[in-house]
Amino acid sequence: MYKYLFCLATALFLSLLFNQPVFSQEGKEIPENVIENQKCFQCHGDRFYSYYNDWAERGVRDRMNPFFVLDSAQFYQSNHKTFLCTDCHSSDYENFPHDGLLRMETKFSCMDCHGGDETFAQFHFEKIEEDFQQSVHSILHNDDFTCWKCHNPHTYKLNARNNKNIKKVIVYDNSICLSCHADIDKYQLISKLTNPNILETHEWLPNQALHFSKVRCIECHTEVDKDILIAHKVLPKKEAVRNCADCHSQNSLLMATLYKFESFEKRNDLGFFNATMLGDHYIIGANRNFYLNVASLIIIGFVLMGILIHTVLRFITK
Amino acid sequence: METKIYLYPIWIRLWHWSNGLFFLILLFSGLSLQYSAEVYSMIRFDIAVSMHNVSGVILSIAYIIFLLGNIFSANGGYYKIPKSGFHKELFYQIRYYTLGIFTKKKAPYPISIERKFNPLQKLSYVGAMYFLLPILIASGCGLIFPEILIHKVFGMSGLHLTGLTHIIAGFSLSVFMIIHIYFCTIGKTTTSNFKSMINGWH
Repeated sequence: MYKYLFCLATALFLSLLFNQPVFSQEGKEIPENVIENQKCFQCHGDRFYSYYNDWAERGVRDRMNPFFVLDSAQFYQSNHKTFLCTDCHSSDYENFPHDGLLRMETKFSCMDCHGGDETFAQFHFEKIEEDFQQSVHSILHNDDFTCWKCHNPHTYKLNARNNKNIKKVIVYDNSICLSCHADIDKYQLISKLTNPNILETHEWLPNQALHFSKVRCIECHTEVDKDILIAHKVLPKKEAVRNCADCHSQNSLLMATLYKFESFEKRNDLGFFNATMLGDHYIIGANRNFYLNVASLIIIGFVLMGILIHTVLRFITK
Repeated sequence: METKIYLYPIWIRLWHWSNGLFFLILLFSGLSLQYSAEVYSMIRFDIAVSMHNVSGVILSIAYIIFLLGNIFSANGGYYKIPKSGFHKELFYQIRYYTLGIFTKKKAPYPISIERKFNPLQKLSYVGAMYFLLPILIASGCGLIFPEILIHKVFGMSGLHLTGLTHIIAGFSLSVFMIIHIYFCTIGKTTTSNFKSMINGWH
């Protein structure tokens, strides 16, 4: 027994002495927060957890509330991947079983960390906050509607700014809206209304499936703000874009929204207007070619002139 | 008195006028879509989309009827281009339209029961009906069902290339239609060819 304790103490001493980082099986250094957070993910990454019930004086295996189960893989790909769980949650959570009163803790908001910080100046968090306060979400639901309703702090990652694949940007951003508008359980967290069927409310939209997969909800449902990449002022449904030509035109709204980050106003070498749209999409009315326009006008001009001359000659020689 | 020949049976006339009508609807709705603007569009965008889609399907069905008619009737024979000497025939016909018509020369290839089209008509009708229209219909199908298209062609969006092809084919056929209508005024009288396509007699 003493021999065992000696070995353990020696190992502990040596590890403290050298303070060596822990490595994964692939030889990569495992960050400290991952090691710490694993204590949380041990339970919150599984459907079941075990604890010793002091009252009943026995071990208990119970089901984890599914809303408190987190995907560690998603967390470590998210913007907050370097965080310790206790950076945002009370350090009292380190005690297990947790104190029941901890569920009353006030959650941080985005602005608590991101507001007024020059490090995040490029994201214009203050402007986002300002627009959000004017959005229908904020006006109708006051403080119940926080940033977290759309941006899950455990999984959220920068999307439009980093992702060159527009299709993936669309899927990611629309999934944020659909996480409430296609899920009655989450929707009714803040509303007693019956979740409207978005397929029915968008029945008027021609080629509905195509629109749903090619553009984001926010293209039509937000007011464009030139200062920020993603508009956050969600409009009441009556004010949503319903005029097709707002997007299907040379001055397409999509250039200020979906294609904003990679858009450039000049025609590219091939002479296409809105050339940034050409990568994966074809938007009738918005994709036009300057040279084809000119060529078609010249051809029509020559044809009509030829017909006019022929007609006049026929009339003269009649 | 010159004898009249029955050149346009009822199915050809019905096909011809429906083809013309729906092509015009497609032309104007297509122009409206391509040049739509936030402030003003010739036809409201969503209405133009419906008009274009419905007319496109009808025109495609009409085209299949036209093809079947040409396969199973003698009408298909009028579109056959001779293997030799056709370029000379074309030259004579072009010379007639550019010079002879003004000097009261006789048409080199007058219409008969054996020859419904002069060489220039034959070439342009074959080009329009057997080359451009199939391209227009196929690219139109691709735009209605974009999931069937090849995603990338030489690094460019397959959908966008299909759109460009559709527009170029549509434009070319529109030019053909303008010239076609004008040349129809070159008959015994300005309106005689139009009447022929109504009553079938030439």
